[in-house]
Amino acid sequence: MKPRISWSTTVLYFILSLLAVLSLYPLVVMVLSSFRSTAEILTDPLSLPHHLDLTAYVKIWQTIKFGTYLKNSLVVSVTSVFLILALGSMAAFYLARYNFRHANVLGLYFLAGLMIPVRLAILPLFLLMRNLGLLDTHFSLILTYVASGLPFAVFILTGFFRTLPRELEDAARMDGCSELMLYYRIMLPLVRPALATVGIMNFINFWNDFFFPLIFLRSEALKTIPLGMAALFGEHETEWGLLFAGLTTSALPMVLLFLLASRQFIRGLTAGAVKG
Amino acid sequence: MKKRSGGNSPGRGAVLFVIPALAIYTLFLVYPIVSALAYSLFQWNGFLRQSFSGFANFRRLLLVEPFSSYFINALKHNGLYFLLSLVAQNGLGLALALMINTRLKGAGFFKTALFLPRLLSVVVVGFLWSLLLNPSFGVVNQILRAIGLEALARPWLGDTQTALVMIILVNAWFAVGFAMLVYLAGLQSIPDEYLEAARLDGANSLQLFWRVILPLLRPSLTIMLVLTFIHSFEAFDLVFAMEGSAGGPYYSTDTLATFFYRLAFGGASGTELTDIGLGSALATVMFLIIFGVSSLSVSFLRRREVQF
Repeated sequence: MKPRISWSTTVLYFILSLLAVLSLYPLVVMVLSSFRSTAEILTDPLSLPHHLDLTAYVKIWQTIKFGTYLKNSLVVSVTSVFLILALGSMAAFYLARYNFRHANVLGLYFLAGLMIPVRLAILPLFLLMRNLGLLDTHFSLILTYVASGLPFAVFILTGFFRTLPRELEDAARMDGCSELMLYYRIMLPLVRPALATVGIMNFINFWNDFFFPLIFLRSEALKTIPLGMAALFGEHETEWGLLFAGLTTSALPMVLLFLLASRQFIRGLTAGAVKG
Repeated sequence: MKKRSGGNSPGRGAVLFVIPALAIYTLFLVYPIVSALAYSLFQWNGFLRQSFSGFANFRRLLLVEPFSSYFINALKHNGLYFLLSLVAQNGLGLALALMINTRLKGAGFFKTALFLPRLLSVVVVGFLWSLLLNPSFGVVNQILRAIGLEALARPWLGDTQTALVMIILVNAWFAVGFAMLVYLAGLQSIPDEYLEAARLDGANSLQLFWRVILPLLRPSLTIMLVLTFIHSFEAFDLVFAMEGSAGGPYYSTDTLATFFYRLAFGGASGTELTDIGLGSALATVMFLIIFGVSSLSVSFLRRREVQF
């Protein structure tokens, strides 16, 4: 009993379309402007580009060395996510599957990390990294990211490990399975959806983070994409074509990943909603 | 090996499972945040710790000029950030979720379109909008001129009257799709039978929304309220990208986080001196504000989810 397209549906579509345009138009301007010369952007930004001008992109890759930023972002984000998943799932396995005296205290200790605003610890972190000789290295970022991501990973994964049937574990032990094998071969594959959720949420956060690279990194060769953009805007203030091309290039990897796996992305991000 | 219904007792080597996570978490998160609180009780000379000074740093921050003025000024901006974000991001996000949840055709497209900005890095968003809002060449003013509304065109980010509001609106542009998704997930978890039952009892749309949907949406509303609060009181990246670390023009967009950044790492102009003691006192105040609110959220979460 579907009604014909009614008044209210028409209004609904109108409002939604208007908001979708508001949401997308700035991105369209960004992409279109990246194919214009700077002169054209400044004088005639509203029409379609007169011709596809790729000089800005050539410069982004050749002079600005965007590839270096991209590589750095990948190294830092992937390493951090991998470590969080590995160490976090091991700790969660321990908390969820064993009975020991202080399990509850240990669980609460990790849980407290959900309430810590990491950025406010930046001064002691800065001095710590300096004393360890890790300033201006990727290690400073990776260690900070892993520490800040672990509480949420442990929280979510402990919940998942708890839901797995006890019989599975007992049967594996009966067959002479070692604890390490039990964790790696039997339990870990069963919590893969939770690993994906935790991994994606952290990956987006680390990939987009600006604050910690700003504090920890100095060398041009180590900068991640967001910090590289700040450098680009500092040094090429007036070359608008180049700036828009830089913004487009830095937005592209995430948007492509999202279009490939939007369902997992949305699950990862909304699960992240519980993290403060 | 003893077995009980609650689980197995760990063998001797099993503790190795938890040691690496425990070590990194303690050294690089717990230790720094505790130190940050301790730093605020000392006098500092650059990066060197001097004598214990009790609450002197807090007194300077909250009561002594010029710091107290900077503090109050920034705190007001964070408060406004929070209040306007409640409307622009959560109000609109909820409205969008309600509209999309009517199962209209093309819902997937609208969802993606509205969510897309959230995938960008916040600084990229800030730099993008600083170009779009440029007074002479930015697209926003160009459009206003093109449609004959030249009188409305202004230096959006250079005017103390509009700068902060623009930053909050840009943040809403960035984050509204996320709020929409959280509310949508909440809406979709409401069983259809409840809505049917209410309709059969003669509830109109308005009653349905206030009496049935909104109460059942409480978990999503609470979470978004807390998240919006935390993000508003940590606001840094957008201000830094669009107005610099001094929260220009004339400190009209200064937030607690940009003020903290200047105290900890020096002002962009180099006129302000690094003051670790004062910076740590500010970090402690911010910590108390944010920690207080996020503990509420976690205790709320624990009631619903896993018990440790």
